[in-house]
Amino acid sequence: MSNTSKLDDWTKPAAMAIPEGGFFKDRVEQGRYGPIFPRTPACYGFSIIAKIIPGREPVFYEYAKNIEEAVAGQPDVLAVLKLHYLRWNLFDIQGETYFQYMGIFDTDFDKYTEDAVAIFAASGLNTVFENLEGFPKDWKTNAAAFIKFVREHQRPSFLEYGEYPFVSAEEIKKALKLKAAFSNMLDQMQ
Amino acid sequence: MLELDDIQHILLTRVPALTGRYEFLSFRNAAGGRAWLSAIADKVQSAAAIQASINQDKRWVTVAFTWNGLRALGVDEDSLSTFPEEFKQGMVARAEVLGDTGENHPDKWVGGLARPDLHAIVILFARDAAERERCQGEHDKLVAQCEGVEVLSTLDLDATPPIDYAHDHFGYRDRLSQPVIEGSGELPTPGSGAPLRPGEFILGYPDESGQAYPMPQPEILSRNGSYMAYRCMQEHVSRFRDFLRQHGQTPQEQEFVAAKLMGRWRSGAPLVLAPETDDPGLGLDPQRNNDFNYKEMDPHGYAVPLGSHMRRMNPRDTAANMNRRRMIRRGATYGPYLPEDAPEDGVERGIAAFVICASLIRQYEFAQNVWVNDRNFHELGNERDPIIGNHDGTLEFKIPKRPIRKKITGLPAFTTVRGGAYFFLPGITALRHLSTLNAQV
Repeated sequence: MSNTSKLDDWTKPAAMAIPEGGFFKDRVEQGRYGPIFPRTPACYGFSIIAKIIPGREPVFYEYAKNIEEAVAGQPDVLAVLKLHYLRWNLFDIQGETYFQYMGIFDTDFDKYTEDAVAIFAASGLNTVFENLEGFPKDWKTNAAAFIKFVREHQRPSFLEYGEYPFVSAEEIKKALKLKAAFSNMLDQMQ
Repeated sequence: MLELDDIQHILLTRVPALTGRYEFLSFRNAAGGRAWLSAIADKVQSAAAIQASINQDKRWVTVAFTWNGLRALGVDEDSLSTFPEEFKQGMVARAEVLGDTGENHPDKWVGGLARPDLHAIVILFARDAAERERCQGEHDKLVAQCEGVEVLSTLDLDATPPIDYAHDHFGYRDRLSQPVIEGSGELPTPGSGAPLRPGEFILGYPDESGQAYPMPQPEILSRNGSYMAYRCMQEHVSRFRDFLRQHGQTPQEQEFVAAKLMGRWRSGAPLVLAPETDDPGLGLDPQRNNDFNYKEMDPHGYAVPLGSHMRRMNPRDTAANMNRRRMIRRGATYGPYLPEDAPEDGVERGIAAFVICASLIRQYEFAQNVWVNDRNFHELGNERDPIIGNHDGTLEFKIPKRPIRKKITGLPAFTTVRGGAYFFLPGITALRHLSTLNAQV
């Protein structure tokens, strides 16, 4: 039950220090699948870090092309996740390859979890997770196991910053539409 | 193929009852509980059984158990551990997820529903008061014969007048939109979508994902069963009527405000199809009263506000995976009718309803957590469901309107949760299995 407070002032850049563990102990909100990571000036988000199954690197590059095509073919394929940005990285620690999946979005992950699982299954997003060590094989029918994996591999931020804090992607898109409408209006006035 | 002779009728059928009674039970000893179940199981009609007899039947009985209740009957720990986590925890433990805080908190619930020794519910729907009284007497006798079976509380149900159609104490027509289960033989009304795979509501069948949802073990206990979330909600009728008067100068304006809160006129006519004036003929016509969408017909909510009850509880084509969030609703009103213009009489009245689904966490809890109580649903910022959301007077309700929307601030709580519980609704075979648990050891 997120709270968009009227006090959220987008004109004032804001930073938020986050306690170790990722939660403010005195105000942890319970979601259906467990405690919800707090909303910050940089909205909601996650950073999932996991080791990949050795030798699977090429799958990740193949996957990137697939996602590019999937989104081009159906631009609203990820709409339900209420995203701002997603970033995918591969990096090495002592010769082993790790994967990082970082998302910034406007709703706590708990709310639309099953929708996310469904999108993963339908769009091929899953292929990359299936190449991570420990990813549950029955994830398609076992949302709880999927969520457990995500939670166990989530590395919460200890600091987040927003240049225009707490603004949702929907609000940004509305502002840009309004700008375009005004621009169009001015054209018609010529 | 649905095993209709093994599925409790409540899953598939809405019976023509005008009264009813719920009894909430606790089993102080397992043998007594099983003896009670053994006797009452004979009265529980399957979906197949009532197909032929519904027009002659005078009463319909349903039985369901909490997780603690299954344990109290003697279900072993291995089996108990295979039930889903949210069901094991029970509705009380899930209060924060469900928005049951403040006035809705389980500490304030009545009838012993927040107690861990709530074990079972027996639901009686009856054609008339005389039949209810007769059944109540029979059940009293049965309980007296079964050692350790205690009635924690009871609730009498009565249709609210005028009784020629189902509606709640606020006057809204009810039972307008209900999912249809594939294989049930029922046809969806126009606009209601295709029939849904049975696994969305009944354990042991494929669901909309194409798979069957995991079943508790052993299968004899869970096959043809389902989960049932019970909610008893007091409706503050005087407060609701005062609110309408405050925000509408004339009866017509008051009706309009009522319609905006719901998304339908109280007659049942949907605002998408009747945006300016009520159309009672449309409201009562099942071939037309559900035949609309939002994405094309009302994207901005000029007819049905984005935050209205109906648009939250069934966002239709504006939500992802809608077919995985559908629920079957059953229930009735309780408490006396408060005549129009009568002052508040201090008597409690409301709705005592069941939501039936295969996954409480994916269907019922999602609806409650996101659709009902997410303040930022559809980017609304500071709203909850105006009828059943958790309200403390600080939230608002926005009515889209050209050129400028209307914003009502300080929305009062029109309803208060008075109790609730998660029940498992076993199939007919499972009821017999449960009643003979000891004999199997």
